[in-house]
Amino acid sequence: MELNARIPVGPIERKWDTHRFEMKLVNPANKRKYTVLVVGSGLAGASAAAAMSELGYQVKCFCFQDSPRRAHSIAAQGGINAAKNYRNDGDSIYRLFYDTVKGGDFRAREANVYRLAQISVNIIDQCVAQGVPFAREYSGLLANRSFGGAQVSRTFYARGQTGQQLLLGAYQALEKEIARGGVTMFPRTEMLDLIVIDGRARGIVVRDMVSGAIHTHLGDAVVLGTGGYGNVFYLSTNAKGSNTTAIWRAYKRGAAFANPCYTQIHPTCIPQSGEYQSKLTLMSESLRNDGRVWVPSRQGDTRPPSQIPEGERDYYLERRYPSFGNLAPRDIASRAAKTVCDEGRGVGPGGLGVYLDFGDAIRRLGAQTIRERYGNLFEMYERITDEDPYRVPMRIYPAVHYTMGGLWVDYNLMSTIPGLHVIGEANFSDHGANRLGASALMQGLADGYFIVSNTIADYLAGARLTKVDHTHPEVRAAREAVEMQTRRFLSIKGKRTVDSFHRELGRLMWDKCGMARNAEGLREALQEIPRIREEFWRNVNVPGSDAELNQALEKAGRVADFLELGELMCLDALHREESCGGHFREEYQTADGEALRDDERFAYVAAWAYAGSDRPPALHKEPLEFENVHLAQRSYK
Amino acid sequence: MSALNLTLQVWRQAGPSSPGRLVRYEARDISPDMSFLEMLDVVNERLQEKGEAPIAFDHDCREGICGSCSLMINGVAHGPNPGTATCQLHMRSFRDGDEIRIEPWRARAFPVVRDLVVDRSALDRIIAAGGYISAATGGARDANTILIAKDTVDTAMDAAQCIGCGACVAACPNASASLFTAAKITHLGLLPQGQPERITRARQMVRQMDVEGFGGCTLYGECQEACPKEISIDTITRMNRDFLRAGLSAGRSAVAGSD
Amino acid sequence: MTRVATFWDTSVGKKAVMAVTGLILVAYLITHVLANLLVFTGPDRINRYAAILHSTGGALWAARVVLLVAVILHIVAATQLALRRQAARPVAYAAGRQPQVSTLASRTIRWGGALLLVFIVFHILHFTTGTVHPDFVELNPYHNVSTGFHNPLVALFYLIAMAALGFHLYHGVWSSGRSLGVSPPSPDPLRRRVALVLGGFIWLGFTVIVLAAWLGVIPGATR
Ligand SMILES: Cc1cc2nc3c(=O)[nH]c(=O)nc-3n(C[C@H](O)[C@H](O)[C@H](O)COP(=O)(O)OP(=O)(O)OC[C@H]3O[C@@H](n4cnc5c(N)ncnc54)[C@H](O)[C@@H]3O)c2cc1C
Ligand code: HEM
Ligand code: HEM
Ligand code: SF4
Ligand code: F3S
Ligand code: FES
Repeated sequence: MELNARIPVGPIERKWDTHRFEMKLVNPANKRKYTVLVVGSGLAGASAAAAMSELGYQVKCFCFQDSPRRAHSIAAQGGINAAKNYRNDGDSIYRLFYDTVKGGDFRAREANVYRLAQISVNIIDQCVAQGVPFAREYSGLLANRSFGGAQVSRTFYARGQTGQQLLLGAYQALEKEIARGGVTMFPRTEMLDLIVIDGRARGIVVRDMVSGAIHTHLGDAVVLGTGGYGNVFYLSTNAKGSNTTAIWRAYKRGAAFANPCYTQIHPTCIPQSGEYQSKLTLMSESLRNDGRVWVPSRQGDTRPPSQIPEGERDYYLERRYPSFGNLAPRDIASRAAKTVCDEGRGVGPGGLGVYLDFGDAIRRLGAQTIRERYGNLFEMYERITDEDPYRVPMRIYPAVHYTMGGLWVDYNLMSTIPGLHVIGEANFSDHGANRLGASALMQGLADGYFIVSNTIADYLAGARLTKVDHTHPEVRAAREAVEMQTRRFLSIKGKRTVDSFHRELGRLMWDKCGMARNAEGLREALQEIPRIREEFWRNVNVPGSDAELNQALEKAGRVADFLELGELMCLDALHREESCGGHFREEYQTADGEALRDDERFAYVAAWAYAGSDRPPALHKEPLEFENVHLAQRSYK
Repeated sequence: MSALNLTLQVWRQAGPSSPGRLVRYEARDISPDMSFLEMLDVVNERLQEKGEAPIAFDHDCREGICGSCSLMINGVAHGPNPGTATCQLHMRSFRDGDEIRIEPWRARAFPVVRDLVVDRSALDRIIAAGGYISAATGGARDANTILIAKDTVDTAMDAAQCIGCGACVAACPNASASLFTAAKITHLGLLPQGQPERITRARQMVRQMDVEGFGGCTLYGECQEACPKEISIDTITRMNRDFLRAGLSAGRSAVAGSD
Repeated sequence: MTRVATFWDTSVGKKAVMAVTGLILVAYLITHVLANLLVFTGPDRINRYAAILHSTGGALWAARVVLLVAVILHIVAATQLALRRQAARPVAYAAGRQPQVSTLASRTIRWGGALLLVFIVFHILHFTTGTVHPDFVELNPYHNVSTGFHNPLVALFYLIAMAALGFHLYHGVWSSGRSLGVSPPSPDPLRRRVALVLGGFIWLGFTVIVLAAWLGVIPGATR
């Protein structure tokens, strides 16, 4: 397999312009002759589907929820970055680019990141034009807040519901195109396989989740915007339905999977409260603008927080990272929390928590201001924990949040399978080994509204596709494979529920491939996962039939894929003998516990290619060149 | 607090055209810190261990924002706590020994798919009928060239928070989708960018709401109370105003197809 | 014409028609209750008022036509909306739906309306045509009213109807402003002070007349 990133030549500021000029175009009258299948209706999928339909393509869009508006992007809270420099605080496209490359611990592709920073400004304009009610100042101008890993205020937000408002903007654009006839929407439809014909992505196999019927859809290109795979850990901040199935099946059909081990652990989540826990709830990073993180200085201090005097508190982020303080990037803040908890200074049940304290902010700004800024987050916290954060400091703990890894894509966002484009969290492109807050929304919309909608023409215009129909042997084979798997699940009739396997896998992944990893643990996990997988295929119980709405069956398919993906993640984590961003190998750290990169050996993207069920995947490397940002140890001190 | 033992009466229905009925289940040893859906997860695990089909219900984010969850709990949409979606409801709101009746949303426009799952695509079609600003990708000018007063944006945001759950419909004695429709009309109608299409938007969305078979609005106010985002019926007043203005002025009047 | 038709075709349009016709009836009732309260000042004023009214001829009939059309439109719209409501939830909640904030007044609005319809028919036979009045004297409302409630059944029927009317208005006066989109936004939208005062006044005014006539305490009247 050849990894050709197809990065345009020329100075970085000009690459995207040059590329747009050099790309092939599809003439407007011909666009409607092309059918594009967009899987996913999150920020990436919905914006791509709407934009491509506006351009004239025939679009089919798929999501597993009952409405495209419910895609997981809806849950993003804090905000979206853009290099508008409305605050006159020294921001610029270059600074956003620089912050993102540095925040990603120098494991992202410069050209993609620069383009993302350039497009960020258009996104805000587009969203405002659509009626996204971003927060404003009394002057009527747009307001900003700060996010981790940045010293400028460039994050735009709509209360604590930025993702919701952005997604509704994209969803409304999508509905507009549905009404116009440009997009046909297939909700409650799950993609279960990719159809590749003559080496090109030509269609997908889906299951109608209401009737259970298996259908095939054919087209000229396929775009996957199916989100992240954080649910491999069972407990994460992702929605319950978020899954890896679409990208995993594409991987098994030949798309390389890049950096699977790069997982973001978010520092501010509500700690787990019991075994039955079904998901973890994020408390937006924006809270760290005003909240101060601390633990007792002394081990095993069980006094209630109000009785711990100032002098006996350790504001460890402010202490260790004086210039970024509470706004240190996520990977660093998470690890710091783990460190103090490992030292026995954690608070709350099991000592798995640290305080996020608004006492000072409330004294300084008044409860009313805090309520305006974070009211809904505070309410959410209280609903879940039954504690009032206006009076008692919040308890928080890191949780799996985002996956930087994903299908490998070139500058056009096309995977190693021609015609298969991958956008949003599902690809690996822009965040390196660690994503900065408020950058995923930016990436999803950049990919959908502005990038893939353009670059797809380059593929279509040059592809010379033959006509295929549903009787093509590859189409039938893919469909039959899906039907067979479904029947197999139903026929096992074992003793354990799907969830019990998922939980088992999740715990293992968290312990061995979570916030900190080491070779020994990863090797153990590589032994364990195949064992769990083997038991799964022998002993899982999937009740019901395939001809009805069957939520156990849906889960079974997703967990079966997680059980394979987990292994690849461990393999990747084991091979990367360095620490970078969200990937922290305990063997590779500096004297004061910071991540120790090895640029000599690992300044590359690890792209894994499937080699069959009985053979280990093949590793391909895309070397990363840093021509504009100087490779340096990341410091937030 | 100690564990709860509860009796559930859950609506089970195999498919859209099968008959359904309330079925009794015991839910033992439920932690008060569980969310309502986690309680159902536990019941489902136990059902599956006995080889029975789990209770189907819609859910996804479990953070009160995606609008998937949709349960009628003891005759109240999203259960007893105001401003709280089902997934954010916790078992500490119940007492040991309680009987809890769980039903799907009921409306002609929301046919039952299975058990507690209903089809809410009618709400999508209402949006498709005009719940957007036609700003094609690419042509937007700088975001700060249009000033919008903070109050205006805040009021628009209050309405824009709608999660599309349909609790307003479920709680309304008329099964009216007025609050949902009005929330979108208010959000877009308050913003300067929404003005050009304001009148046609109101007309088309209201008509689609009727086409879908929702009831009219008697101003019972139940919707506002059920709404997890506490959207005010002031939005309904605004929808009516915009619609009546539409009635008095000419304009497009296409109604999006429904099926 | 088609615009009117499409307007009438929608639930919001119908509801606006109900609100306008309802408010016409409310306006009539305000003058009606004030006029009838003149009965407490003795025969002169109220009978003079009736005389003036009837002497206008055309204007009286015009007003009657307006009222009749209003009642008919109001009822037709109410009926159609009630049918739409029934169709909108063909399968009822098996375990019931618990009202949370809706008033009893709003929940009984249809029954109250139906009762009012019966009342209006009876009432016209009672005081306008005199058909069901035991001692009807043309153009002498003072007499007709003060003697019209000796039959306790009639009085009771009126009292019940007036209560229904009060309820109807407690909801209707408040909701009509919203149906027409003219009520200002409110931090507590369910509050309804105007409706309480107006509905209360109309209910009280009519109720006092019925009670006084029944008990025979109208000044200058003999039992
Ligand atoms: C709680 C939370 C808060 C966050 N806050 C922020 C923030 O403040 N700022 C920020 O920048 N980022 C934030 N993020 C990250 C960001 O929200 C996501 O990375 C981003 O929204 C992903 O968008 P997406 O379009 O790629 O995928 P998603 O929104 O996850 O959409 C995936 C879509 O694919 C569909 N799909 C998936 N699998 C299949 C299948 N097999 N068949 C058919 N359809 C399928 C789904 O139905 C869905 O429509 C947050 C994330 C979480 C979890
Ligand atoms: C004395 C006469 C009446 C007056 C003054 C009156 C007044 C009103 C008013 C002001 C409303 C509120 C309209 C709105 O919310 O927009 C209303 C609603 C209503 N009225 Fe009447 N009404 C009268 C008679 C009737 C009659 C005779 C009926 C029925 C047969 C009736 C049935 C209704 C119903 C059902 C509603 C609620 C409609 C809905 O919101 O769905 N009313 N009325
Ligand atoms: C105690 C209560 C009431 C009394 C004493 C009363 C009295 C009268 C009298 C005396 C008349 C005859 C007027 C005339 O012909 O000169 C009349 C007419 C009428 N009343 Fe009432 N009324 C009462 C309540 C109501 C109510 C509640 C309504 C409506 C809901 C109503 C509606 C009418 C109507 C429609 C007419 C016919 C007007 C016409 O066309 O002449 N009345 N009333
Ligand atoms: S208005 Fe409220 S209740 Fe209705 S759909 Fe929106 S969020 Fe749900
Ligand atoms: S409850 Fe129903 S009647 Fe109107 S005010 Fe709400 S939609
Ligand atoms: S599950 Fe998303 S709102 Fe309840």
